[in-house]
Amino acid sequence: MSAPRDKLGRPIVVVTGMGVVTSLGAGKQDNWTRLTAGESGIRTVTRFPVDGLKTTMAGTVDFVTVNPASSTGLTERLAELATEEALEQAAIGTKANFPGPLFLAVAPVEVEWPQRLALGRATGKTEFDYGDVLRASGGGKFGEFHHRFMFGSVASHLAETFGTKGSPISLSTACASGATAIQLGVEAIRRGEADAALCVGTDGSVNPEALVRFSLLSALSTQNDPPQAASKPFSKNRDGFVMAEGAGAMVLESYDSAMARGATILGVVAGCGELTDSFHRTRSSPDGKPIIGCMRKTLADAGLEPEQIDHINAHGTATPENDKMEYNTTAVVFGDHLPKIPVSSNKSMVGHTISAAGAVEAVFSLLTLEHQRIPPTINYQVPDPAILFDVVGNTARDARVTAVMSNSFGFGGQNASLILTREPV
Amino acid sequence: MTDLKSAAPREVWITGIGIVSSLGEGLDAHWDALNEKRINTEDQRFAPYIVHPLAPVSFDAQIPKKGDQRQMEAWQRIGTYAAGLALDSAGIKGNAEILGRTDMIVAAGGGERDLAVDLAIMNADAKGNSGPGFLNERLMNDLRPTLFLAQLSNLLAGNIAIVHGVSGTSRTFMGEEAASIDAARIALARIESGQSDIALVGAAHNGERSDLLVLYEFGDFNLTGKYTPVWQRENNSGFALGSAGCFLVLESRKHAEARGAKPYAKLTKVVADLAQRKQPGAVTRSLQAMWPKLGVLTDNGNLITGATGVEPVTSEEKAFLKQHPGFAVRATGTMFGHTLETQFPLGLALAALSISRGALFPPNDPTGFEVEKQDAPTQIVVVGAGHWQGEGMALVEAVK
Repeated sequence: MSAPRDKLGRPIVVVTGMGVVTSLGAGKQDNWTRLTAGESGIRTVTRFPVDGLKTTMAGTVDFVTVNPASSTGLTERLAELATEEALEQAAIGTKANFPGPLFLAVAPVEVEWPQRLALGRATGKTEFDYGDVLRASGGGKFGEFHHRFMFGSVASHLAETFGTKGSPISLSTACASGATAIQLGVEAIRRGEADAALCVGTDGSVNPEALVRFSLLSALSTQNDPPQAASKPFSKNRDGFVMAEGAGAMVLESYDSAMARGATILGVVAGCGELTDSFHRTRSSPDGKPIIGCMRKTLADAGLEPEQIDHINAHGTATPENDKMEYNTTAVVFGDHLPKIPVSSNKSMVGHTISAAGAVEAVFSLLTLEHQRIPPTINYQVPDPAILFDVVGNTARDARVTAVMSNSFGFGGQNASLILTREPV
Repeated sequence: MTDLKSAAPREVWITGIGIVSSLGEGLDAHWDALNEKRINTEDQRFAPYIVHPLAPVSFDAQIPKKGDQRQMEAWQRIGTYAAGLALDSAGIKGNAEILGRTDMIVAAGGGERDLAVDLAIMNADAKGNSGPGFLNERLMNDLRPTLFLAQLSNLLAGNIAIVHGVSGTSRTFMGEEAASIDAARIALARIESGQSDIALVGAAHNGERSDLLVLYEFGDFNLTGKYTPVWQRENNSGFALGSAGCFLVLESRKHAEARGAKPYAKLTKVVADLAQRKQPGAVTRSLQAMWPKLGVLTDNGNLITGATGVEPVTSEEKAFLKQHPGFAVRATGTMFGHTLETQFPLGLALAALSISRGALFPPNDPTGFEVEKQDAPTQIVVVGAGHWQGEGMALVEAVK
């Protein structure tokens, strides 16, 4: 490693700690072992009845439970676990005293059904209207619901637990949220506002209404049996994504600061980019220009040429539209070089961890750089002839990897990309 | 774009303001309403709870396609409308070249629920009529497929992109009052450092929602019974939810001058904090600690606060304000109600408007805590202390 500044004269942003939890397990080691073995974390949902649902499987994190149970509570716990692992590795600051801000990608929060039903019962009536519900809500009986269902509650808890500095930011850019959290951290360090930042993406929101909502938008796979085979990125017979839970955490630091304290540098966030698509609420602009622009902005931000990218950690949701659009746009950006880039989608195994995905996949991208081994895209039995990626199908592949592009695209026209490298570029 | 750490911060102007609220829409209507000390409350529809309902608005004026309006719930329509007003005010509406690189930070909560669907399920459950698949079946059959998109936090930004073509970058911050303080803070920092040239920042809130009243009733935060101005609520504390959308166009001075845009004011500083409120006095101390970071030049200046009327935070904030007795204070909660994420942008907007009109709007406070102020303001401090957490301050100044 040489220059403490990048090609554009900005502080280089390095990663010194990482943590991850997915349906495959807790921690980098478990996840990496199972990810590279091509195992799936997708299973039939047992947390709640699935009667009447079109999609009955998900990548739930069942080995972590919270009491009282709520998606927001689980979301918080997953973030806590991933952060603990990241901080232990980074060995930064002191206990409950992280020397920088928190940027948290988190699913939007709302009152959930168990609590809503409890509220209905608390009216003491069998025929009631919302006025009755409202009158039953106050007086402190449900005082803890207020804090639990505030949007800022997860970040506030993490900020207090880990002693991050300043006002913690909770953000949502839908399925790109995790990448945006990292981008905000990178920007803060580049501005010189912080020497370190804690960037976390977390999502524990597999609950009946969440499944129904995505189901009603026809976004989910309905290939329930066997659940492990449902998520089929880049396959001709793909039919939607699989909802999943997880968290990814990263300690970002300026290169100077990491070197000064003798930290081990795990990798570099060389570039970030985003570009909004104003075409439609859920569909990409047919010309793909916003996604193309997003990838090009990211390359420019990293100061890299397309030929310097040697792996793409795809958004690869396995929805018919996403994968096709991702291929078409990537082909424009990378041109003749594209066949030389192995592409893989972690979502084939861990599902789509929604708000966490960008962070989870950034962790996996850095592990790919560390191990020089690309996790497979499983369930790749019937390649889509219209998607000419060099898909790392079904089994992991050893490869020389120096720079990974990780893509995230979301509802609401959200596009974000990251470029992660082993060494400063 | 470069963002060199060593470069001097660039001056940031407020060149566009869009407001729609219970008092009307647009800058003139708000200026008149504030000067006439008008307040618009609704105390029957959600009795005993009081809200500030949105003034009648023709959404067609900013959201021409009915199809777009149908895809949104009220909070998104309010926000998309206010964003359009801000773009008009900045003179960039329809300017595809600028909008295509305008960065957006929206502070958002979530959208309204389908109360009829919720109530039917809750009633069936209370009657004991709900088997294992009942909830799934009702949700699958009764929820409108697109309702989710009207509820998703980041879809206010999504709608602004679709309707107005704001399509540089799009970030949505969540977390009640603090979300918009941070939105302004980050947008300012990005422009100052050269990471961005122009940004649209703001929020929207629909106060006419039973589901939100329930959420805040969990913590007994709602004002009930009789409406009182914010500083008169010590013995009957609470907030009256307000309906408002407020967006600002922030822009580097250089970018504004290059396109001949006139500033309302300059946004000089935004600071934010997360006080650990378990200790009494934590908010007072947090505000005290932020004050010296602003660069306030006088002992007899102007201050606009989003004080909620909720206790103990309002009294803690008041204790801080009393340390600056020369300041003319204005509480937006009295006129607008509490609009959560929207309260801080609203404070920034009214500060910029006051500076541009050469006067602070008059007090609206029978307790006498807010005092008259005659001279033209050159600096206005904007304060926000969230009802349960999150504190922040900004300094808005006249452009020299």
